[in-house]
Amino acid sequence: MKIIKAKNIKKYFPIRGGVFLKVKGYVKALENVDIEVEEFKTLGIVGESGCGKTTLGRIIAKIYEPTGGELYFYSENGVEYNITKKIDRTIKNTFRKSIQMIFQNPYESLDPRLTIDEIIKEPLQIHKVFKNKKEENEYVEMLLQRVGLSSSYTKRYPHEFSGGQRQRIAIARALSLRPKLIVCDEPTSALDVAVQNQIIEVLKKIQKDFKISYLFISHNLDLIYHVSDKICVMYLGNILEEATSEELFQNPQHPYTKVLMNSMPSWNPKNKKLDKVSVQGEPPSPINPPSGCPFHTRCKYKMKICEQIKPELLGEGHKVACHLYD
Amino acid sequence: MIKTNNILQVEHLKIYFKTFEGISKAVDDISFVLKEKETLGLVGESGCGKTVTNLAIMKLLNAKSTILSGEILYNGLDILQEKEENVRKLRGKEIGMIFQEPMASFDPLFTIGEQMSEVCETHLKLSKQESRIQGIEMMKKVGIPEPEKRFYEYPHEMSGGMLQRAMIALNLLTNPKILIADEPTTALDVTVQAQVLNLMKSIQKEFGNSIIFITHDLGVISEMADRVHVMYAGKIVEKGSTIQIFENPKHPYTIGLMKSKIKKEYKEKTLPYIRGTVPTPQQFPLGCRFHPRCEYAMDICREREPHEAVIYEDHLVSCWLFRNRGDELENYKS
Repeated sequence: MKIIKAKNIKKYFPIRGGVFLKVKGYVKALENVDIEVEEFKTLGIVGESGCGKTTLGRIIAKIYEPTGGELYFYSENGVEYNITKKIDRTIKNTFRKSIQMIFQNPYESLDPRLTIDEIIKEPLQIHKVFKNKKEENEYVEMLLQRVGLSSSYTKRYPHEFSGGQRQRIAIARALSLRPKLIVCDEPTSALDVAVQNQIIEVLKKIQKDFKISYLFISHNLDLIYHVSDKICVMYLGNILEEATSEELFQNPQHPYTKVLMNSMPSWNPKNKKLDKVSVQGEPPSPINPPSGCPFHTRCKYKMKICEQIKPELLGEGHKVACHLYD
Repeated sequence: MIKTNNILQVEHLKIYFKTFEGISKAVDDISFVLKEKETLGLVGESGCGKTVTNLAIMKLLNAKSTILSGEILYNGLDILQEKEENVRKLRGKEIGMIFQEPMASFDPLFTIGEQMSEVCETHLKLSKQESRIQGIEMMKKVGIPEPEKRFYEYPHEMSGGMLQRAMIALNLLTNPKILIADEPTTALDVTVQAQVLNLMKSIQKEFGNSIIFITHDLGVISEMADRVHVMYAGKIVEKGSTIQIFENPKHPYTIGLMKSKIKKEYKEKTLPYIRGTVPTPQQFPLGCRFHPRCEYAMDICREREPHEAVIYEDHLVSCWLFRNRGDELENYKS
């Protein structure tokens, strides 16, 4: 069953300037993106910085409103609600409870003036989940234990914790309302290498325990492969390739996906692979994206058609947006 | 003692900081050498002391609250004892540095060209005109498109990857013997990272500099370094050639780091990880600093600091396992 569906999502951020702050142009963060998140599945979004993956995550969590396109939310009994603009009042609380977010930097995403207890209780109190304090306290302690923290930490402040522990607190907070979907925006990239895997394990465990779906955003291909059922490769606001994680790694089709895979360092000093990387230049600016295929400026298989016509995301199961496969 | 091909020698370097919570031993008694034309990788998690070590080499730790001891020998000069004015001649000329955040390491108020010319004028005593030609030449070499135009641009007009290239160009102007690269690609995207790493490799081939490459990313180290030193909590726990470290890691911490790479086979399985977190410098434990997180910890690890044990020629490890229990970790297969 679906939880959320985004159709043709577009997001332009206006750039204002001059004396009267007139709109001078747009940052085209997302262009016609379609995604669907299924129950109890993980959808991985991978791409370089500036490709719009964070914007997409925030649109799904309704932090941003999309400029164009439609966004649908599916309630428990399968009823479809259009939540593109304002969320219908009857569904608002259910929606907000169902979708939670974990941010990249745990040093910034926890209020330094609240105790851990207050941080985790805040969503519970807003949604009036518990009527009695004792139950609420027990619930918070249970959550802390579930994410691998001692339940005696409740009266401490975020600054007393390390990055890994803070991210665990952020996970506990996201978990408190028993959401159906958690948007994880690079949850481990601000952490040390040795701690990253601990956090991934916590996320995997609670996914099993609480039956949660993830929208997992990361630039790390190894990580995305490990956690995802399905992966979308994004570039400059577009999805270039979409497939199950096995399929994508065994049989990458889009030149950009291949470049991305080849750019990952090898971890094998006897078989270095960076020399073989063929891509030149950097991603173009989303303020003034190239015409046609967004990747054509750096693609070594560039044809004439690539400059003129933007390829569509086509295919059954394994979808690619590239003129090579027309 | 000093071998001819050792360009830099660090002996028993200690860097302590006086803080309100007591003395924090950021770097505690480390020794290493940098050979000519090699890339030495320093790996470790945040707070392990890799950046301060290199700041000490540049003699940039001058605060009163810093206690430095040991020796840093460059060309027979002890950088730590040398007068500031003499070090100033080395800094930038003989020892260059590439920082992690290209955006933050250029002065936003001056153009790239002005900042490059400054280097030429101070260290090479070139005229303005000559500096400009040199600068543009160097920008061409590091693959910056339209260098004539870029020379007059401000840092904010360039992307992260371009700035990092400009930073490399700026460092190469004086052709330093030693280039310290402190996480030069951490802030960059993978595709751009690959380009910058390749650039650094080809530059090293052409100019023959020695590079100290600091990173927390073992993948990058495997691509770049000839030798690797693994740091943990202010100590070097393992030294060896890149191949030795990657194929035959000995220290439990190195093994843990190696295992933390997410491999394809781990799908649907539990990821291996090192339990616990890095202690803060005020709370470094007695004995071996890794023992609270180590699965092989013995009584002696809690009491006494281990010494370096030789595994094979220049493969050294600081761990009690290799004094008492022999090669128990031998069976480790990646």
